Amino acid sequence: MIKVVHYINQFYGGIGGEEKADIKPEIRKGTVGPGMALKGALGEDAQIVATVICGDSYFNENLEEATSEILEMVKEYEPDLFIAGPAFNAGRYGVACGSICKAVKDSLNIPVISGMYPENPGAEMFKKDLHIIETANAATGMRQAIPAMAKLSLKLVKGEEIGPPSDEGYIPRGIRKNIFREERGSKRAVNILVAKLKGEEFETEYAMPDFDRVEPNPAIVDLKNAKIALVTSGGIVPKGNPDRIEASSASKYGKYDIEGVTDLTAETYETAHGGYDPVYANEDADRVLPVDVMRDLEKEGIIGGLHRYFYTTVGNGTSVANSKKFASTFTKELVSDGVQAVILTST
Amino acid sequence: MRLELGNIFIKDIQFGDSTKVENGILYVQKDELLEAVGGDNRIASIEVDLAKPGEETRIMPVKDVIEPRVKVEGPGGIFPGFISKVDVVGSGRTHSLKGAAIVTAGSIVGFQEGIIDMSGPGALYTPFSQTNNLVLVCKPIENLPQHDHEHAVRMIGLKAAAYIGEAGRDITPDEVKVYETLPLLEGISRYPDLPKVAYVYMLQTQGLLHDTYVYGVDAKKIVPTLIYPTEVMDGAIISGNCVSACDKNSTFTHLNNPIIEDLYERHGKDYNFVGVIITNENVTLADKERSSNWTAKLAELLGLDAVIISEEGFGNPDTDLMMNCKKIAAKGIKAVLITDEYAGRDGASQSLADADKSADAVVTAGNANEIIELPPMKKIIGDMKPADIIAGGFDGSLKPDGSITAEIQVITGSTSELGFNKLSATEY
Repeated sequence: MIKVVHYINQFYGGIGGEEKADIKPEIRKGTVGPGMALKGALGEDAQIVATVICGDSYFNENLEEATSEILEMVKEYEPDLFIAGPAFNAGRYGVACGSICKAVKDSLNIPVISGMYPENPGAEMFKKDLHIIETANAATGMRQAIPAMAKLSLKLVKGEEIGPPSDEGYIPRGIRKNIFREERGSKRAVNILVAKLKGEEFETEYAMPDFDRVEPNPAIVDLKNAKIALVTSGGIVPKGNPDRIEASSASKYGKYDIEGVTDLTAETYETAHGGYDPVYANEDADRVLPVDVMRDLEKEGIIGGLHRYFYTTVGNGTSVANSKKFASTFTKELVSDGVQAVILTST
Repeated sequence: MRLELGNIFIKDIQFGDSTKVENGILYVQKDELLEAVGGDNRIASIEVDLAKPGEETRIMPVKDVIEPRVKVEGPGGIFPGFISKVDVVGSGRTHSLKGAAIVTAGSIVGFQEGIIDMSGPGALYTPFSQTNNLVLVCKPIENLPQHDHEHAVRMIGLKAAAYIGEAGRDITPDEVKVYETLPLLEGISRYPDLPKVAYVYMLQTQGLLHDTYVYGVDAKKIVPTLIYPTEVMDGAIISGNCVSACDKNSTFTHLNNPIIEDLYERHGKDYNFVGVIITNENVTLADKERSSNWTAKLAELLGLDAVIISEEGFGNPDTDLMMNCKKIAAKGIKAVLITDEYAGRDGASQSLADADKSADAVVTAGNANEIIELPPMKKIIGDMKPADIIAGGFDGSLKPDGSITAEIQVITGSTSELGFNKLSATEY
């Protein structure tokens, strides 16, 4: 038997409307409100063992506290599946459903699902973290939402393969997955070209992402006393690539000691990068990681000093997620080592 | 300019007493072939082998794939600037041994070379599991500098394709296709009511194993220019071997550029396909700015209504792709892009290194980071050891049983940005 815990707000819990939105979370055995319909849709293999009810205002105004309170309640029932909502276009309810689903998924490691109208802010915030069934903008869509949520949640809990959003009804999560299409790419491009020329509708196969642009920090005023580190995505590593950083799609970065090193030579350093002509970097790795020039600046007193370690990875085909993960780890080390600035070289 | 392309269908390849095509079988006289491709003292040895569709064979590390062709009528010869003089090609008649391919392999030049599996799951991703392959495993002399190594292997591949292509000279083709592009003004007066479209053909030019040549010229030294589509079919553009194997255009895919073929298909009906603008993907910002300015300028000069732009490679060239798109769109010319994606192994990261809102019509050839398991193969042509270090492989990619777990990036031609394949990606 698949044990399910269901999350709803004060309104669907039958406690009250806006005037009761500040109620604290409580858990009741069995189904409440829309849980009845959900129970029917889940069928005989699953049982809603408990329902959490929480006020939307309380949840959103006491995010951490509410989350940990609810997590404790949910844990006791040892569920196999967690379902929240559907929240339709109710913003605070949507955010609560998304937040609590993510928290349950992260801490209990069980499948979670919710249902929302695509413009619900909760959908935008959490569609990458969990499957959210696309619903109508109001509770009139309950009859369509419940079976779709039940169906997908059972697939998730049974570990079955999840089809594309158009088949399963969830809001696209931004996960790119390979497929084989009917026609080759060139033909598809010509088809789009003709549609575009005729002013007909066409569907792009890759919608441009919202880019995460990083604002540079203010310039350093006191360069003479600044400790500066070198970081590169150009793949410079000690000869032999001791940590075996990949030529493309790096899964790791290296941290190497350059105490006493004044010049990178063909005998001592090389690049692991597979995305550019390596010959010139292998001849003289300072071309990518300018240790020699930094030592000069250090000697001339223009900079306070070069940090003892450099950090390096291969930028070639490496995902943004991996890059962020690397940087968030080693940046903490750089800061705690008293580094004031980083020269980041790319290739 | 008008080219008749005579396709001779090759259904099998065998070694034989002489090099010839008979009843759809390509026979190769090994010694003559070696004589034709040999003589470079930078190469210590060349081994010749065959790999056919359906066999349990793996070829790696693959550098280039080339279709054998021969020029039978009209000016010039195949691969101008390399094998033939630099006469303008693309008119008259050319024969192609359709279904045969030359594959150059052998010890690694850089990190970039690829894998071709003739059967199994990997075979679904490479178009070269469907061709009858003549494989040349080239071993360089010791300590040969990488640029020399690449050049030597490139020339061996081209020589082999030209030599084998000769076997088709006097054969009556199974089909003849005619491709014609009129001089610009003539074309416009022929189709006064049709919108004018061109193909913006981006050539990868980032250095060793990331290079492309046009009539023998390293394309990083060109400014964008015009070329008749049929010139490409005679080998005016060739590959300087492979960067990430998945999306570096092989000489084979240049010769058979599917965008050119498919643009011809509806030429004179839905639009007037006026020609091809070639441009490069150099590494400095000034080069990128200059080339994209020129590409947009040429598009304007031709009075175009729309273009298809194909990228080659990824990352750094994503910037060139977006610059081209943005500047062409700014001139009121509609653009359709073909790219591939690097969305991470889990598909959750953004796919391109650059983006612009004008890029609203994009065809994708798939996420090159997706992982594939390639089972052990009975026969290995070349060497499997580089599996851990080639682009798309990682420490432990090669298993003791001879299977390989790696990104599809390692598979030759898998995410062709010329739109050669049906592989694509969608949002989940």
